Amino acid sequence: MILIANSVTKKFGEFTALNKVSIEVPDNCIFGLLGPNGAGKTTLIRIINQITGPDEGEVLFDGKRLHPENIPMIGYLPEERGLYKKMKVGEQALYLAQLKGLSHHEAKLRLKKWFEKFEIQGWWDKKVEELSKGMQQKIQFVVTVVHEPKLLIFDEPFSGFDPINVNLLRDEILELRKKGSTIIFSTHNMASVEELCDNIALINKAEKILDGSVKDIKRKYFTNSYQLQYRDIDGTPYQLNEPGFEILSSVYDEGVCTATYRLPASKGPNDLLEVMLPKVSVIAFNEVIPSMNDIFISTVNAVNANHILES
Amino acid sequence: MNKIFLIIQREYLTKVRKKSFIIMTILGPILMASIFVLPAYLATRHDDKQVVSVLDETGLFFAKFENNDNYTFVPVITNLQQAKDTLMKKGDYMLLFIPATQLNIPDNAVIYSDKQPTFNLRDYISGVMSRELEKLKLGAEIRKEILKNTPGYLPGNDTATEDLMSETILKNIQTNVKIITIKTEEGGVERKSNTPVSMGIGLVASMMIYMFIFMFGAQVMRGVIEEKTSRIIEVIISSVRPFQLMMGKIIGVALVGLTQFLLWIAFTFLIITVSQAAFQKENKKTTQIEQPKSIGQDGVLSNEAVQVVPKQVTPEADGDSFNGIFDDFPYDILVKVLVAFFFYFLFGYLLYAALFAAIGSAVDNDADTQQFMLPVTVPLILSIVVAQTVIQNPGSPLAFWMSMIPFTSPVIMMVRISMDTAPMWQIVLSIGLLVLGFLGTTWLASKIYRTGILMYGKKSNYRELWKWIRYKG
Repeated sequence: MILIANSVTKKFGEFTALNKVSIEVPDNCIFGLLGPNGAGKTTLIRIINQITGPDEGEVLFDGKRLHPENIPMIGYLPEERGLYKKMKVGEQALYLAQLKGLSHHEAKLRLKKWFEKFEIQGWWDKKVEELSKGMQQKIQFVVTVVHEPKLLIFDEPFSGFDPINVNLLRDEILELRKKGSTIIFSTHNMASVEELCDNIALINKAEKILDGSVKDIKRKYFTNSYQLQYRDIDGTPYQLNEPGFEILSSVYDEGVCTATYRLPASKGPNDLLEVMLPKVSVIAFNEVIPSMNDIFISTVNAVNANHILES
Repeated sequence: MNKIFLIIQREYLTKVRKKSFIIMTILGPILMASIFVLPAYLATRHDDKQVVSVLDETGLFFAKFENNDNYTFVPVITNLQQAKDTLMKKGDYMLLFIPATQLNIPDNAVIYSDKQPTFNLRDYISGVMSRELEKLKLGAEIRKEILKNTPGYLPGNDTATEDLMSETILKNIQTNVKIITIKTEEGGVERKSNTPVSMGIGLVASMMIYMFIFMFGAQVMRGVIEEKTSRIIEVIISSVRPFQLMMGKIIGVALVGLTQFLLWIAFTFLIITVSQAAFQKENKKTTQIEQPKSIGQDGVLSNEAVQVVPKQVTPEADGDSFNGIFDDFPYDILVKVLVAFFFYFLFGYLLYAALFAAIGSAVDNDADTQQFMLPVTVPLILSIVVAQTVIQNPGSPLAFWMSMIPFTSPVIMMVRISMDTAPMWQIVLSIGLLVLGFLGTTWLASKIYRTGILMYGKKSNYRELWKWIRYKG
């Protein structure tokens, strides 16, 4: 575990931003930090970055309590990010890299390499205000990773990028993991969570309500449901009438019916097919795997409903 | 420590390279120089002819003063008190009093007047008197040497005279005549005239401190707002502590200010020296023609001697009319003023800069700063206003208390020190309190700052700030 938060609590006056939140981020993975707006993600990220300290609990980095010496080992791309507008790109990148502990010489060497990689060498002497927003984001990304930190924290990294650059960035993130970095990835974009994340933690109203590997979570939320697409035989959808089999949805459109069934725990996909095959002609059949989007919404809603009931 | 140095460096370099800095650096000295040079220049052009009554108890000098376009010298033969009384009744007078001294080598004179005599006049009087005195001393020295060394000396022997013009003699005869000016006000109250000088120094010093705090404090504030609105702040404070960033900015801007200040002094001095040289040329025309003539009259001296003497004496006798301002101003007080100025200049700025940084952190844009600016600027403005009354009455309780309170002491204490009315214990106490005040505001400001810089969108008020101060790290 590169990072462990042990029941971290943070209060701002009366307001509780984090309430006994514990997370474990394994080495060399992409860890999704999810949650609705105002859940406390940014506060947790700021604690990890030592921008603020926790009121209670502790954060361990590589097994040891978080210490200012860890700062150069962490790279942080905040959601609200910007650069000095009047400063030249190269000068600014050098400054920020040096603040992370690189020597002037080393910083220059590495930055040149990154600028070449992104084919942006020509920007070195331009002022930041001359660049488009997307261009500035690229610089910001370079500055975040240039000191080759063990742990990278990206807060909504893809916002503000066009699809081509989103791909470029995604490839870079995967490349960084391959090289051994661990990435904490905070986003509302569930599609990218599905695509990138190995593990997640879901925070809602200052509390962690779900965490684990994406695979495990999906298995946990699997409801033994299947979707079947078939052509009818007599012009009407087939009315399944089997004890315990539940029809969740059924859409009939020009001779093709798409239906979702939930089976009792004792039954499997073969049981459903056994019933259906003699009656209809099957076009497609697959498991219904819950999307992260569904899990997110259903979990958050369930917890919020409980809160309302309690109060 | 390395990081704070990086921050200071960035702050300094970006500010110093700005166009506004370069423009201010050039414009400032021109303004300051015009403040010093213009009055001095105007003082040399008198519309009316001034009558200078001369009460010369020694009888040595009166004949040497020559009337010119600006001054007419009139002898007075009575005692000092009577002369003053009569003249004061008449009004618009100037009385030059050269007292007789026991050793018969008077080296000072007093000007009584209802107005400030011009530097030009003082230069002229002290010039004439020093030359005259040097002549006397030279004669005495030569006679002494002649009696000692060459009993058979005959006047006109060139080689002998040349030998006598040794360095020691030249050193011995060099004379600097001190002219004290005493301004008599209505009702006969006399005041030593270096008061206007120390008043001037006090006012200029306190005004500069006031300006410096405002100008560079506002720069700190704008810098913080810039970092906040450009949203670079969060990137930076993930690398350095907010306190380091704040202090780095404050120190960086202070260095910018000191740089500008030193450049100003250098340029101002340059401009003043150049323009002074230009306007001194006019004055010299008269004095230089006069010198060889007056010494030549003595008859004892050879041509070589005549050439040597003016060369040695001229810079002293003519002086620099700008330096004339400080002639009456005691040297030790001047040093004290300079040291105090540097200290109050720096710590006054540091005290306020921290508050300005806190304001910058609490708002989202320049327009929102108004409500917080008020309590910060009020003590500053108040102190510059009160400074005017402190000058009239530097020993009052108001002056005392305001020179102790850290928020007003940089301006008020500066005035009191220039007028030499603050005892040492008060100065030490005031300095101690100012340093404490600086530590206090910085501590307070850093608490507001570290929360404020991460707050967006919400308009903050004082209750909000108070909450931020009480947040734990």
